[in-house]
Amino acid sequence: MYGGGNTFEDVKTDDVVLEDPNRLAVFEARIARGEKIEPADWMPELYRKQLIRMIEQHGHSEIIGALPEGTWITRAPGFKRKMALMAKVQDEVGHAQLLYSAAETLGKSREQMIDDLITGKSKYSNIFNYPTFTWADCCFISWLVDAGAIVNQLANAKGSYGPYCRALDRICAEESFHLKYGHHCVIYLAAGTAKQREMFQEALNRWWPPMMHFFGPSDKISTHTEVLMRWKVKMGTNDEMRNQFLDMYVSKIWELGFIIPDPKLKKNTETNTWEYTEPDWEEFKRVINGDGPCNKERLEVRRIAEERGRWVRKALASPKMAYVTPLA
Amino acid sequence: MNDLALKELLYKMADDLLILGHRNSEWTGMGPLLEEDIAFSSMAQDKVGQSLALYTMLHQLGEQTPDTVAFTRNANQFHNCVLVELPNQEYDFSLVRHFLFDTADSLRWNILTKSSYEPLAQLAGKIKGELRYHTLHANTWVKQLGSATEESISRLQKSINIVMPYALGIFEESPYETHIIDKGIFEGEKVLMEKWQAKVTEVISQTQLHLPDWKILTPVLGGRKGKHSEHLQPMLEEMSEVFRIDPTAEW
Repeated sequence: MYGGGNTFEDVKTDDVVLEDPNRLAVFEARIARGEKIEPADWMPELYRKQLIRMIEQHGHSEIIGALPEGTWITRAPGFKRKMALMAKVQDEVGHAQLLYSAAETLGKSREQMIDDLITGKSKYSNIFNYPTFTWADCCFISWLVDAGAIVNQLANAKGSYGPYCRALDRICAEESFHLKYGHHCVIYLAAGTAKQREMFQEALNRWWPPMMHFFGPSDKISTHTEVLMRWKVKMGTNDEMRNQFLDMYVSKIWELGFIIPDPKLKKNTETNTWEYTEPDWEEFKRVINGDGPCNKERLEVRRIAEERGRWVRKALASPKMAYVTPLA
Repeated sequence: MNDLALKELLYKMADDLLILGHRNSEWTGMGPLLEEDIAFSSMAQDKVGQSLALYTMLHQLGEQTPDTVAFTRNANQFHNCVLVELPNQEYDFSLVRHFLFDTADSLRWNILTKSSYEPLAQLAGKIKGELRYHTLHANTWVKQLGSATEESISRLQKSINIVMPYALGIFEESPYETHIIDKGIFEGEKVLMEKWQAKVTEVISQTQLHLPDWKILTPVLGGRKGKHSEHLQPMLEEMSEVFRIDPTAEW
């Protein structure tokens, strides 16, 4: 899973003007040719900063995202769901591991990133600040939040930074299984008892607004990202991503007989884009700045896990015992 | 073949694995480092998968479906040892439990590869390979943390002292013990315990940890007969929370 609609730092003209123009020209030409930038290559400071921020946010979204679904592992109904959900959430934690190591190639350590997460300095996907009340909420995340994530990740995998793109290729392969799993869970709810259908409809009602927020603020109000697009850090606008998601999934939700809670939602066949009720961007801002239903709880859980594990990490770093064992 | 004796053996093994797998899965998102989060989740998946294989075998012997036996029984119908149902607590507790249980479980499956009950012997051949990684994981961590810092050594020692009487409960004998041994289904809990003590001693002797004197410990028994701690029933209620909404529904 992954929170799209990253928050980027404001781009100041100075940031780019101060760079060596010759090196900048070579760098931009390489990107224009479709080459990947590797850790040891020269890169503008702004590129490095924005990438760290983006990959770090993505990593945080994976470990924080493991929490709302993770609480359902112990409650998943039946062996099939229990085992699949365990494997799925484990994948998400594995994605965090991959992403943190990609961000580390740019000069920020995993410890620093996790510290910044806990202190609230760096962000994660807003959608995980909402609660999962029922099994159907958990199914919504597995299917549709992961679907949204794939839309973003497939685009970002075509970006310019080599280690991030390679991590995303692996992540997308795993996510495609998550999507199948989530869809399968929802099909069973749709084809199940009246109670099961009602559970998913209620989850859809709760999660639709955060799902629309997922791709980030509307292009009309989001920060200027031209240079980030040129450098292939950002691969599509928030509205483009949102539109692509709606294109792919609205009909699938309708096919299952559920009602999407937005009376204005329809495809404009002339512009080939979706029309919908403008999401409440004030709420989005409020939640991303810490005032959502679960922000405090999510960070508190992460903080406790870090604190409880500190002695283990200290013991691992102890030079007294370097234990090496052959794997075979 | 006395079906009851075989079923009793399969039930206690399946219940141990389901309950410990469930507990291990509670580390998801909470591990002391990401790599450990992932490792505990892998072991949880293996254990729950192994329990499913055993419940499936029981189903073939006429018991109810795996989902029904796993998700609808009450605590007093479970045959797991008390050790596996205890809450995770701190990482040192979970690690020591994992080390002591998986050492025994690995030896158990190895013994079962020679079982006269062919389906069990075949399953053991597959599962013992999975257990190899579980014990490799446990031994690596016990050796590392049992020799690293003052805090890690004292935490592990404290957990060993607390966990050991419960670990001895793994080997609580079945009323059918003699039958199981005579029929060549399993060598029995006594043999397993001796092998286990030797293996545990071998690993611990490579650390700065100490084992309590086995002879003066009182094992925590009763789990195999359905007598459990206060922790099992709430855990089972949580596990079946969604399933119970409508046990006839397909999820």
